[in-house]
Amino acid sequence: MAGIIGKKIGMTSTYTADGKNLACTVIQAGPCVVTQVKTKEKDGYEAVQLGFGEKKEHKTSKPMQGHFKKANTTPKREIVEFEFDKSFELGATITAADVFAEGDKIRAIGTSKGKGFQGVVKRHNFSGVGGATHGQHNRLRAPGSIGACSYPARVFKGTRMGGRMGTDRVTVRNLKILKLMPEQNLIIISGSIPGANNSFVYLEK
Amino acid sequence: MHSFLKRPPKLVVMNPLVKLFEQETATEVRKNIPEFRAGDTINVHVKIIEGNKQRIQQFQGTVIQRRNPNTNGETFTVRKISNGVGVERIFPILSPNVEKIEVIKKGKVRRARIFYQRLRAGKASRIKERRDHTAPGKA
Repeated sequence: MAGIIGKKIGMTSTYTADGKNLACTVIQAGPCVVTQVKTKEKDGYEAVQLGFGEKKEHKTSKPMQGHFKKANTTPKREIVEFEFDKSFELGATITAADVFAEGDKIRAIGTSKGKGFQGVVKRHNFSGVGGATHGQHNRLRAPGSIGACSYPARVFKGTRMGGRMGTDRVTVRNLKILKLMPEQNLIIISGSIPGANNSFVYLEK
Repeated sequence: MHSFLKRPPKLVVMNPLVKLFEQETATEVRKNIPEFRAGDTINVHVKIIEGNKQRIQQFQGTVIQRRNPNTNGETFTVRKISNGVGVERIFPILSPNVEKIEVIKKGKVRRARIFYQRLRAGKASRIKERRDHTAPGKA
């Protein structure tokens, strides 16, 4: 799928002509550099590897330094492969306007905000045990039973419990591009996308 | 920082790129918004859509606050006394449904949010008129 790497800048809102207020996300998308072109003959599949975000050279490993040098570019923080219909030269620059148009439906892939160790109510939408009355106490947000007794005499794998939540790869589909601002490389999409401000996000058509 | 000191509130600054986008939206609407602030008496013309019919309703009262100023989400609250009952309406300032805002009277108040007006009625709720100091012969 054709796509580009971007950085979430922040959220704001805008009004439609009929007076509806739309929440929207501002993303700085590109300009990305083609760091590698994968071909069917050499790699077994066709893809274009894009790089985005500056990185210090002394923080880049030597093999990766060579990889970027081959594309005649500076080290990049984020490298992702996308499938494009058209072909690109190694070292070419791709901007948001090359890939998307206003009104396109796209999907955004990002890393959600970390929530730390969370209980089952927040993590798995459990409703807690019972009510607050009838002598119930200290069980309000408890998971309840996690299995039967002497058979199977164990807790099944995958039983939903408390634990680390967030920092997952999350895809949001059917986001509409409200506006493209090619001069500042900005994409404004309707709705929210996963992750904190300044985090990387992949936009795909 | 010492833990016993109260941490100062985090200053939330809008990203300049977000600001840039906001300035590019609703440019036409922005031009027609007059300057007003809490304490001013204004008349708001609101577009009401009923089915496929559309009419203009007016709401006149005192501005008691403006929230999130200079953003796309800015709203203002207008309060009036209707049949002896206090009525407040919140309007999004950039909404296309807010047809027109007329400033009827400028009020002189000391704070940005005059919620104390809710506790007052009749004579006590009067607001002094704010005069332009630069005008000749007026103080």
